[in-house]
Amino acid sequence: MRPLLAQVRVETEMTLRRGETLLVTIGIPVVFVIFFSEVHVLPTGRESAVSFVVPGVLALAVMSTAMVSLGIATGFERGYGVLKRLATTPLRRDRLVGAKIVTVVLVELVQAVVLVPVGLGLGWRPGGHAGAVGEAIALAVLATVAFAGLGLLLAGLLRAEVNLAAANGLYLVLLLLGGMLIPVSKLPGALAAFARALPAAALSGGLHGTLGTGGGVPTESWVVLALWAVTTPVLASLTFRWE
Amino acid sequence: MPAIECSDLVLRYGPTTAVDGISLEADSGEVVAVLGPNGAGKTSTIEALEGYRTPDAGRVRVLGLDPRGDHRALVPRIGVMLQRGGVYPMLGPRRVLELFGAYYPDPEPVAALLDLVGLRAAARTPWRHLSGGEQQRLSLALALIGRPEVVFLDEPTSGVDPEGRIGLRSVIDGLRGQDRCVLVTTHELAEAERLADRMIVVKAGRGRAQGTPAALAAAGNDPGVRFSSRADLDTAAMTEALGVAVIEETSGSYRIEVAPSPRLTAALATWLAEHDAALTELRTTASLEETYLSLVGPSLLDPTPPEPGDHEELPGRPPPRRRGRGPR
Repeated sequence: MRPLLAQVRVETEMTLRRGETLLVTIGIPVVFVIFFSEVHVLPTGRESAVSFVVPGVLALAVMSTAMVSLGIATGFERGYGVLKRLATTPLRRDRLVGAKIVTVVLVELVQAVVLVPVGLGLGWRPGGHAGAVGEAIALAVLATVAFAGLGLLLAGLLRAEVNLAAANGLYLVLLLLGGMLIPVSKLPGALAAFARALPAAALSGGLHGTLGTGGGVPTESWVVLALWAVTTPVLASLTFRWE
Repeated sequence: MPAIECSDLVLRYGPTTAVDGISLEADSGEVVAVLGPNGAGKTSTIEALEGYRTPDAGRVRVLGLDPRGDHRALVPRIGVMLQRGGVYPMLGPRRVLELFGAYYPDPEPVAALLDLVGLRAAARTPWRHLSGGEQQRLSLALALIGRPEVVFLDEPTSGVDPEGRIGLRSVIDGLRGQDRCVLVTTHELAEAERLADRMIVVKAGRGRAQGTPAALAAAGNDPGVRFSSRADLDTAAMTEALGVAVIEETSGSYRIEVAPSPRLTAALATWLAEHDAALTELRTTASLEETYLSLVGPSLLDPTPPEPGDHEELPGRPPPRRRGRGPR
């Protein structure tokens, strides 16, 4: 336990001390929630802006932490030879991965603690059927696994700097196609079909259903997220190069 | 049982054979250097012993364990210093040492290690702001924090200033005194000679010789007489007078390729006296450096080595450079 706890402490400390990480995990989501709730430019239809934006940005927050922050940090650790060096210490590989998972969850809790009150303050009222919070947490867990797998898949294959660019590029693509700010229904037909198969749209669609207008989580969201959550970690663990 | 056993190790990377049959052993309380030019296979060899590489042939054992198969049992008992990197860039030495200490059941106290490697003043400086030498010293401290029985140091002196080298030497002497086994790679002959009880010279993936520095020097494959005097003596005239070939190896350094004898020494001294040339050095065995150069041959920088004896045929040729330090 002691190695795991020490590792979690250091990983969390490093994550929360990196300015660029805080920007992408906390700063940008908070700005999006406030800006797009107050400035009604998003095509949210009859739904109030804030009730559309908050679930979408919560989805973005999960993606930022599990894919972007984790992936970029791990890529640089590989580039700096940290992962190689750790391999000849008694810190087991499953403990290292476990510490990274715990760190991602801790950062996500910090994000929730910041974003939820901001949303509530701006007038967000979750649609609120019984079990909505539980469903949202289950969606977030599946999405965390899927996005973490995706981030680590890139981190394990690409050079640190290329991985940095790739993770940021993917973030932008998934932000635009993931139904987080722009409803997937506004995308042209073929693109919308493609977007629905992505984990980003599956997560935001699910969160809109459970935390937004309250229509419930579409089955499609569960299926798509579950498929990604199984596929990406397996691919990452098969292809990850430690040095 | 030796602490480190490596026999007929072969390592290939695709079509390239990096290590082609290296064997070495090291015991507890012994410091062994793997010495050779860059690209000789030193790092590949040490990484096979650390468990990073699976041998394509041959056998490696550390403390009687297979570095890959018995990885989990072995890692608490070894300490590793990689050639570069290996540390979280944003953490300072104290924080990194505390973290690594948490991996081991009975770590060295962090404060004592910081003092040992002279990083107390920089204890809070993030790794990326440390100098190259300080980074190396932190890597050394990290290799020692778990009280390892076997310590692997890959090029520990590269980028380290003279003061740091003295510090490293005293750390290694301390490890020897505590009956630990230390395997160190270096491309610097002088460091190997100062640090190690025994050394193995490798080149192009093969072991060329091994033994104590003194034994290696004595094993020089060209016994003869070496002497120093002023530059540009008339070696042709001297060859005629002494009846044996005299070669100017480098400016002012000469070699006579026959076994030493009292008569030869006297004749040499006489000839020099007649030509008013001071005899500033006279040796009848090869130095370690000469042996080393004869073992590893020319560096990559100098692709057309002179054969012994061909200097006379090439009078315009500049004296051979000091070799053995490959390209960096």
